[in-house]
Amino acid sequence: EKTKEGFFSKLSRVVVGKSKVDEDVLDELEEILISSDVGVETTIKIIRRIEDRVAKDKFLTTNELDGILREEIAELLAENKSSDVENAFIKSDKKPFVLMVVGVNGVGKTTTIGKLASQFHQAGNKVVLGAGDTFRAAAVDQLKLWGQRVGIPVIDHGMNTDPASVAYDAVKQAVEQDADIVIIDTAGRLHTKVNLMNELSKIKRVMQKVIPDAPHEVLLVLDGSTGQNAFIQAQEFTKVTEVTALAITKLDGTAKGGVVIGISDQFKIPVKYIGVGEKIEDLQVFNKKEFVDSLFKRK
Amino acid sequence: MFENLSSKLNTAIRTLKGQGRITDVNVAATVKEIRKALMDADVNYKVAKEITDKIKEEALGQKILIAVEPGQMLVKIVHDELTGLMGGEKKDINLKGDPAVVLIAGLQGSGKTTFSGKLAQHIKKGGRNVLLVACDIYRPAAIDQLKVLGEQVGVEVYAEPENKNAVSIAQNGIEYARKMGKKVVIVDTAGRLAVDEAMMNEIAAVKEAIKPTEILFVVDSMTGQDAVNTAKTFNDRLNFDGVVLTKLDGDARGGAALSIRHVVEKPIKFISTGEKMEALDQFYPDRMASRILGMGDVLSLVEKA
Ligand SMILES: Nc1nc2c(ncn2[C@@H]2O[C@H](COP(=O)(O)OP(=O)(O)OP(=O)(O)O)[C@@H](O)[C@H]2O)c(=O)[nH]1
Ligand SMILES: Nc1nc2c(ncn2[C@@H]2O[C@H](COP(=O)(O)OP(=O)(O)OP(=O)(O)O)[C@@H](O)[C@H]2O)c(=O)[nH]1
Ligand SMILES: [Mg+2]
Ligand SMILES: [Mg+2]
Repeated sequence: EKTKEGFFSKLSRVVVGKSKVDEDVLDELEEILISSDVGVETTIKIIRRIEDRVAKDKFLTTNELDGILREEIAELLAENKSSDVENAFIKSDKKPFVLMVVGVNGVGKTTTIGKLASQFHQAGNKVVLGAGDTFRAAAVDQLKLWGQRVGIPVIDHGMNTDPASVAYDAVKQAVEQDADIVIIDTAGRLHTKVNLMNELSKIKRVMQKVIPDAPHEVLLVLDGSTGQNAFIQAQEFTKVTEVTALAITKLDGTAKGGVVIGISDQFKIPVKYIGVGEKIEDLQVFNKKEFVDSLFKRK
Repeated sequence: MFENLSSKLNTAIRTLKGQGRITDVNVAATVKEIRKALMDADVNYKVAKEITDKIKEEALGQKILIAVEPGQMLVKIVHDELTGLMGGEKKDINLKGDPAVVLIAGLQGSGKTTFSGKLAQHIKKGGRNVLLVACDIYRPAAIDQLKVLGEQVGVEVYAEPENKNAVSIAQNGIEYARKMGKKVVIVDTAGRLAVDEAMMNEIAAVKEAIKPTEILFVVDSMTGQDAVNTAKTFNDRLNFDGVVLTKLDGDARGGAALSIRHVVEKPIKFISTGEKMEALDQFYPDRMASRILGMGDVLSLVEKA
């Protein structure tokens, strides 16, 4: 690709005739990583790893540097079980599989639920949605419209009701209706709001009255254009809900979402899905290689 | 993750002590720390570089006062510089015209619709008759959302659920406002990415058709490095008048504010600090500077310096 060559030809210019990666190369690398929201700390970590490899391998061509760079970054991303990825939308042995979706305001939770529901539905699963955002204006209507689009039921108690009891009811009805998957939407909340964060633990607890090991997945949605704050979001949501997977949205824009590299590295939470648009089909299973490549694409 | 900058600086600067003046050599490590702190706060990489280069210039040759820690002195220089970069005199929104028309634009989920409701309430409290116009024809339940907010703040909402043309809804809304004697019209629009040509054309066409007196660009304070690209493209297409910074009730450092200000040179006119309709505030450059530097205590530090 042209864009990729742009960066690596630049790199090769500075690397030519050198037996080690010098300051110029590292500066260039630093700019690319920081500009992708990778963050200072993770960038330094990546650069150190490259330096170590270079010291060990002595001579390094640009091609090798390219490969090493991608390897080192990919290694920081937590591993998905490969079966998870291949069978992303196939029935699980848990029935119903309970999926709870959390995140700060406006990141794309409800939209991601609509898209996920569609894919699960298409893969032959019986899907039920729970309208657990009873706070934001017209949030229930929004989820119901997604339910209509997909053609699946949405359990709701209307606005300004107790989200935990909506979740309880949704899980209970999913059991009664013999559903394969139930996805619970929750209101956006900043992780600094203690009461709202505690509410999430309560929602979890209440669902466990119906299915003791529910939720089977807690999906934290991160906006791909978010900077370093995403790190604290991951930390705080993990504290109260034991997040098991990440989705990064809005990667159809120019933002790179690099902050998830550090998040994935530190918390060992795999990225499972990426959002690449507002339409029902704009959800993809996360692909490490493509993601790493995209960091080096200059638009 | 975010250590207090002043303690970092004091370590970096320890070597400065006893050297009398700030020189190119002794300030390098310190400048690097400041740059790191800015980037940690999501200030754009290039912008952080430019700012720290400038700060370095300013600091060079200055005498280090014996009385204060040199770190504090540099922090003051940095703080003053950031405040200056973001500030200048306070700019109100322009509500001239009959009716005055305010166009709201920004990325998906940045907080446009919520802000539209807040602004409507703010203007209504100022004694003017307001109309909200719902031009988001894409997002599921976007019109309902604005209607709920309109009801909460007691402001009428103009919508055409069957009309799939944002430009004509905006025009009709303003026509309606004239007929009903409304003094201010706030036009809420769909979220859009700067790279989405069709959607950028749409908002440019809305602007062309309704000739707003004020265009506000709404940005999430958690935005990272990409803020500059987005702001630049929106500004190129719309030449907006001001910026609204949202979700400042969280703990994001908000470096995007500085980057945007630096790149498009438009004032930040409002800040949004919560989901409720009351959570609307003025922007204070010095507070924002402290926030970006990650130091609540910077003001007292600065006073000492
Ligand atoms: N371009 C783009 N837009 C997206 C994507 N995912 C969601 N959006 C848009 O982002 C906005 C917010 O999405 P929602 O699904 O309402 O976000 P949310 O997290 O449920 O928001 P709250 O419930 O208010 O906290 C909407 O305009 C969506 O259409 C994506 O992958 N790409
Ligand atoms: N905590 C907090 N939440 C906010 C603030 N402003 C908006 N929100 C929330 O952010 C989410 C998105 O807000 P919206 O007003 O729907 O954003 P929008 O830009 O209109 O979104 P689209 O129309 O989908 O592009 C909602 O959950 C809001 O309640 C704020 O200042 N603080
Ligand atoms: Mg939602
Ligand atoms: Mg909106």
